[in-house]
Amino acid sequence: MSWEVVIGLEVHVQLNTHSKIFSGSATTFGSEPNTQASLIDLGMPGVLPVLNKEAVNMAIRFGLGVDADIGSMSIFARKNYFYPDLPKGYQISQFELPIVGKGHLDIILDSETTKRVGITRAHLEEDAGKSLHEDFAGMSGIDLNRAGTPLLEIVSEPDMRSAKEAVAYAKAIHSLIRYLGISDGNMAEGSMRCDCNVSLRKKGTEKFGTRREIKNVNSFKFIEKAINAEIAWQMDELESGREVIQSTVLYDANKNETRAMRSKEEANDYRYFPDPDLLPVIVTETMINDIRALLPELPVAKKDRFMADFGLSAYDAGVLVAERELAEYFEATVKAANGQAKQAANWVMGELLGALNKAEKELTDSPISAEQLGGLINRINDNTINGKIAKQVFSIMLEGHNETADAIIEKHGLKPVTDTGAIEGIINEVIAASPQQLADYRGGKDKLFGYFVGEVMKRSKGKANPAQVNELLKKALAG
Amino acid sequence: MLHTYTLAALRDGLARGDFSSRELTQHFLNRIQQYDSELNSFITVCADNALAQAQIADLARANGSAHALAGIPLAQKDIFCTQGVKTSCGSKMLDNFISPYNAHVISQCESAGLVMLGKTNMDEFAMGSSNESSFYGAVKNPWDLTKVPGGSSGGSAAAVAARLAPAATGTDTGGSIRQPAALCNLTGLKPTYGRVSRWGMIAYASSLDQAGPMTQTAEDAALLLNVMAGHDAKDSTSIDKDVPDYTVTLNNDLKGLRIGIPKQYFGEGLDADVATVIQQSLKELEKLGAILVEVDLPNTGLSVPAYYVIAPAEASSNLSRFDGARFGYRCDNPKDLTDLYKRSRGEGFGSEVKRRIMIGTYALSAGYYDAYYLQAQKVRRLVQQDFVKAFEQCDVIAGPTSPSVAFGFGEKNTDPVAMYLSDIYTIATNLAGLPAMSIPAGFSKNLPVGLQLVGNYWQEAQLLNVAHRYQQVTAWHSQLPFQFA
Repeated sequence: MSWEVVIGLEVHVQLNTHSKIFSGSATTFGSEPNTQASLIDLGMPGVLPVLNKEAVNMAIRFGLGVDADIGSMSIFARKNYFYPDLPKGYQISQFELPIVGKGHLDIILDSETTKRVGITRAHLEEDAGKSLHEDFAGMSGIDLNRAGTPLLEIVSEPDMRSAKEAVAYAKAIHSLIRYLGISDGNMAEGSMRCDCNVSLRKKGTEKFGTRREIKNVNSFKFIEKAINAEIAWQMDELESGREVIQSTVLYDANKNETRAMRSKEEANDYRYFPDPDLLPVIVTETMINDIRALLPELPVAKKDRFMADFGLSAYDAGVLVAERELAEYFEATVKAANGQAKQAANWVMGELLGALNKAEKELTDSPISAEQLGGLINRINDNTINGKIAKQVFSIMLEGHNETADAIIEKHGLKPVTDTGAIEGIINEVIAASPQQLADYRGGKDKLFGYFVGEVMKRSKGKANPAQVNELLKKALAG
Repeated sequence: MLHTYTLAALRDGLARGDFSSRELTQHFLNRIQQYDSELNSFITVCADNALAQAQIADLARANGSAHALAGIPLAQKDIFCTQGVKTSCGSKMLDNFISPYNAHVISQCESAGLVMLGKTNMDEFAMGSSNESSFYGAVKNPWDLTKVPGGSSGGSAAAVAARLAPAATGTDTGGSIRQPAALCNLTGLKPTYGRVSRWGMIAYASSLDQAGPMTQTAEDAALLLNVMAGHDAKDSTSIDKDVPDYTVTLNNDLKGLRIGIPKQYFGEGLDADVATVIQQSLKELEKLGAILVEVDLPNTGLSVPAYYVIAPAEASSNLSRFDGARFGYRCDNPKDLTDLYKRSRGEGFGSEVKRRIMIGTYALSAGYYDAYYLQAQKVRRLVQQDFVKAFEQCDVIAGPTSPSVAFGFGEKNTDPVAMYLSDIYTIATNLAGLPAMSIPAGFSKNLPVGLQLVGNYWQEAQLLNVAHRYQQVTAWHSQLPFQFA
């Protein structure tokens, strides 16, 4: 039986406005419980919401980032249900008329392939508070600090066909919201939450199968594992002749399985209706243009530019633009390296990211600055040092003393040997010590040239200038 | 007699030094003490606070820094959150609620130096037309203690009618200022929707609620509206529009004023005596120079059904926050979350409130939203369009405020629909958001009859002008029930 996997993601992004979407309370993460909840957030009698315009601006920025229609008029609606962390007994959200309409996001699948994922809509809403069920002697603790934080709910079309694609999409969203500066996308802290809708259908059919929704998966790793676990489960069910029942599930990382939530998910009737306390949100062309003018260069445009201006491959450019900080670091390195983009790309993607990964450090904590790295590349290119010494310098830079390449070369005596006489001397030593190789080389075995180069470099402890070594060795071996 | 003075007269008396604010306040506190056990118009009397406020006003007046109305006592409907003071909204649900903040209306009144005598009784959560649904018991109409004062602002109406306060604030969602004003011989004004901030005004139906003055005269209503009205950034539906001084145009000439008489307003259901009184009052307006024209409001009959879908729908959502979790009534020993919700709300709310929550929930529910809520909103637009068209032919629309005079206790509260129909003349203006007022127009069977005036958007000044000129040639508004004289 050939199954096709159909996946759609609903991503909730916490917008990093200074205050909440409908009240002036702070949105700082991690404060003492219930210290950031005002009368409005608490849903006291008689209070009224007032819209935070910055949240609207951020939603528009997102819409522009995914080439979406921006609603000229959008409406806030009440989503009614009872729960202790929802003080008013309704969540202010958007229903029929969201602020952002249809758009799309391109994701990189591998070095060859990109895929366009459709975005159905994105709308603004307020977050609920937090319910904590553990430490309260059988009761539940409600922290309303989070109640009222602005959320942008981004709904994708069911365009993804594998867990890998879902992860790539989630990463692309993560990258975009950070590029736009509208969210820190911190999944561990909950500023980006993914709900994954998964269903299966027989390959070739058009009708969608019944989907189950995996809620609140909070890391890219778990998105992949959870979806794969769910796919495996659904496949098993369907192949055994059973039907999948629409439900909400949670992913258990310890058992690597998805489980329908124990409380029966009663089909909640949210009784949506336009919130009479808020006016329609009017967005004009002028507003959109003003916001567009202030957008930073987005990943797609940046990638194209890297390919055009720096001659990078699509894959390399794609990797470098994935995170805004990385792209900026790379460009700063190119600048410091007098425009040597390909080298900069290799050093950044290869040596630097490798070292950071090994040390489990983020780019923002890099002990090596772009200027330092660029300077190092310059010294390679002006033949001050060779590639091998450069790697040594790099290792020393990693120690984090903020020293320039020049300072390190000086301090550790890594200056190359450029004295012709000295090199000739070493060459002569090597030739003297390798009569057989000499004879073979002169007899026609050209490949042995490399042997002689290696020996000269060894004896000079790598410090001999490679270009000079080549030139002088050729002469010496020619006899 | 200090308690027969209007706000204007009290203002002038205080300015002249005829009496102090302390004396004045004590006088009204004494009257409340004397009469209110009978009337039950106050839920909370704030004697100490009031006297303290009065003292401050007297000091300000002494050093020349007092607002014109400073030191004048006022009663506040118990729907306005008042910081540090019990704010019950007439409900057991909020019997234990001390508000942590002030409503905008309360702040405005405080800034003007008005002295708050206390919080008045009302139909529970503003849902009612007789003040019989209050957790704190019914309020009696000072004109006839066997009759209702109207609702939901029944406490405010009775307090002013009996002159336990010279004026009061009320709120109006389907007629709750105007109808009690009519039944108690007062001048009551519901401003244009958005004129007065709803911040701190416990919400019943958010797209219909408006606060307004309930006073002895149109001039007093103008004075109090000056204090209450104005933009408030904390209310997104509050309009950012300058507040005129509503007193400066009170005396404008009415010559040529076109008064529209809706042909739908004098049909079945209107008490014949009331009709007669209204016709007489219209003649008085003609004598003042007004021209009567017939206008057509064809969708009048649909306004009550539309209202009784929209208002309960919004209320069902607004009242969800009363769940026993954070404040207000909580049932004893809740077993679990569901039990907490069910019993706190079941025990905390009265039957009319529960009825409307259920109606509203039903009207919004899946499968019914289109047929009820959406449809009612479409009808609302038709009702509004009727007025827009009518105002092409007239400046002000007039008619009876209520189809009958005050009715007896228990007469209508067993048949909700009969109760709802008593709002027939007032409800349409809430749906349309237009300003409207009721003024004393005479008596029928010794009970007051109110004349309703409806204006175009933001035309409160014009309404007050018509009312004031009418009150200069009639004396209905100065009458008070003899036992409270």
